[in-house]
Amino acid sequence: MRRALLILPLLIFLVLAGFFLSSLMSKEAGVTELELPSPLLDKPFPSFDLPSVLDEQTRITQADFQGPALVNIWATWCVACRVEHPVLNRLAAEGVVIYGVNYKDNSADAIKWLKDFHNPYQLNISDADGRLGLDLGVYGAPETYLIDAQGNIRYKFIGVIDDRVWDTNLAARYQALAEEAQ
Amino acid sequence: MILRLSWLALGLLLMVGSVSAAVDTFEFSSEQERDRFYAIGAELRCPKCQNQNIADSDAPIASDLRKEVYRLLDEGRSDEEIVDYMVARYGEFVRYKPALNRETLVLWFGPLFFLLAGVLAIVLMVRRRQKVAASAPAAELSPQEQQRLDDLLNKKSQDD
Repeated sequence: MRRALLILPLLIFLVLAGFFLSSLMSKEAGVTELELPSPLLDKPFPSFDLPSVLDEQTRITQADFQGPALVNIWATWCVACRVEHPVLNRLAAEGVVIYGVNYKDNSADAIKWLKDFHNPYQLNISDADGRLGLDLGVYGAPETYLIDAQGNIRYKFIGVIDDRVWDTNLAARYQALAEEAQ
Repeated sequence: MILRLSWLALGLLLMVGSVSAAVDTFEFSSEQERDRFYAIGAELRCPKCQNQNIADSDAPIASDLRKEVYRLLDEGRSDEEIVDYMVARYGEFVRYKPALNRETLVLWFGPLFFLLAGVLAIVLMVRRRQKVAASAPAAELSPQEQQRLDDLLNKKSQDD
């Protein structure tokens, strides 16, 4: 009995270490400890009616989305978005459907950006006052939502999508939604 | 020279104006509404800077959420509706006072569990010690030892 008590601290240590280690290892690629689970998962994309970045007269709503697709929240003031942009260009070239939400930005800057760095987005939504961003629970750009064919949000990724994130995390999810839609 | 100084003064004045514009200025219809605004702001956690509430944080998102709280208050929503509105968008995380449900059960009652476990451990240890003490043979002194003890005690009382 005494001896059993002696190894108790070691046992507690091992249990704790195992717990922390498993939490560390279970993180998916690119997911940081700051990430919050979205309450919008498996719910319809919030409804909106906003102008296009490229042409103010054109209105875009959630009904214009045809999933599976990525909905990317970006802005010209967002430094990380510049890092992400070439990856989005490459994905778009590979046939991945990406919609852009230009978040709390002005359209003139956004148009210049899209001209300078290429436009990977099939739709460019202008969310100048951040209303849609708020409904989505956006708290920093870039954020990317994965929507299915029915227009439901199926996954939320916070941060920069780079090649590793795409290959190890998002590609399979996107592929699964594409197969599900068939 | 004076002209230049007055221009400088004017420039400084304008700068002050632009600085104070960066701070939120909310107009409240009543003192009670202002109190509610600050109470809700203190209860909501900033999603970006996770150890601050939205009333304290300088993050742009916190400022957006403050404006949203103000707008909802202005619309006449109740405190609970406003918090629920934020939870629907940012998740349970934004509550500094998490709701009691299955997922937060450990959070709410974990400390109580550990306290009870500690009390139980102490009770068991004390009981065991008492048992050991009770089963130990009572200490008996030899006549010499008893004599010495008495001497010592007498000496002590004389000293007093």
